[in-house]
Amino acid sequence: MTGALALKRAAPSLASGQAVRFAPRAAGCWLVTALCVGLPVAAAAQQVVFEGGAVPAPLTAVPADATRGKIVFVQREKGHCILCHALPDPEVRFAGNVGPPLAGIGSRLSAAQLRGRIVDPTQDEPDSVMPAYYRTSNLNRVARPYASRTVLSAQDIEDVIAYLLTLR
Amino acid sequence: MIRHLALLTLALGACTSVAPIRNIAEPRSGVTFTSNDIRKLQNDDAANPGMLWVEQGKALWRAGVEGAGVDNKSCASCHGDAEQAMRGVAARYPVYDAAAGNILNLEGRINQCRVHRQHAEPLRYESEGLLALTSYVAHQSRGMPIQASIDGPARPHFEAGQAHYVTRQGQLNLSCAHCHERNWGKMLLAEPISQGQSNGFPAYRLEWQGLGSLHRRLRACQFGIRAERSAAGSQELLDLELYLAWRANGLPVEAPGVRR
Repeated sequence: MTGALALKRAAPSLASGQAVRFAPRAAGCWLVTALCVGLPVAAAAQQVVFEGGAVPAPLTAVPADATRGKIVFVQREKGHCILCHALPDPEVRFAGNVGPPLAGIGSRLSAAQLRGRIVDPTQDEPDSVMPAYYRTSNLNRVARPYASRTVLSAQDIEDVIAYLLTLR
Repeated sequence: MIRHLALLTLALGACTSVAPIRNIAEPRSGVTFTSNDIRKLQNDDAANPGMLWVEQGKALWRAGVEGAGVDNKSCASCHGDAEQAMRGVAARYPVYDAAAGNILNLEGRINQCRVHRQHAEPLRYESEGLLALTSYVAHQSRGMPIQASIDGPARPHFEAGQAHYVTRQGQLNLSCAHCHERNWGKMLLAEPISQGQSNGFPAYRLEWQGLGSLHRRLRACQFGIRAERSAAGSQELLDLELYLAWRANGLPVEAPGVRR
């Protein structure tokens, strides 16, 4: 599956349809079980393991696509990360400043750290204003169309990480 | 034992009467976060689209309501001239009402009057009639500082509203405070985040191309963070409205405000 194909297929859906469930804390790690509930192509139940605020293991086995990651980052229907984060990119004319600007982020944070912050930033900073993009548990009164769905799919997140790692 | 209980009661009374402290000591109206064009629109009665609802409200204030076929009373039948009788009223709302055993916002008070004094059906929340009457009454306090009371029986409602305000909700897992207390003044794309003050409502919103209640605005926020929306007029939004009014105490009533 190429990145372009993945984008095409994922675009009409609200989110990935994959759920994340938190298991009790064990040996300094957070165990997260991802359950597939709605994707037409069933992905196996997947575990997200936090080490501190980072997630070392990629969420998918598909090679990440930085070009697609930039689209996910910018698009309103996808991550829309530019709502809060500025990018060092002349194509991005407007960006918010609620979160830090991401110029040079690829040399400041590792893939594992970026993954942790995108999957669930409250693991690192409990009062974080940034939403958790790959979490469905311990949320309060989620509107029905979004219930048990993550904001982004696992592949979206891997592609965004690949894009962010190019910002050095 | 009885003395201990009495002391405990006194102590508890003292605890609950401690005045809460606002995180934003000097609140700023939402209009100060908008563009010059919008500020001009709000400040010019001939241009402010919300004035259409105020004018309609003025007509409704004087119009008799056929309640149960008997009295045909208008608001003016009892209250007289709204410019006198309603001056400053909206600045104190929501208020606790003993008969209702609850806090009432302006919409609630207008409907209480309709049911109990005019013997008519209550107006549907967000209906044009209720929006018009609410805007007209609120407009009579324009420029006056909000001074909502959270004392006495209003206090539990204030506390419920405060709890709601700081509770994360929705798929995006944000509380009101995350944006409007911790990040006001920062930019979301090209739009500044306001303090989320309530003093402009009911307000004409360009996005709506119409006038809407505070509850409609709050529901739009809930939609934005992908949370289940509370019903307009629901207890949780009433309580939140009281919390917001306290938070806005001192800001001038702007009704009808103009917002993006």
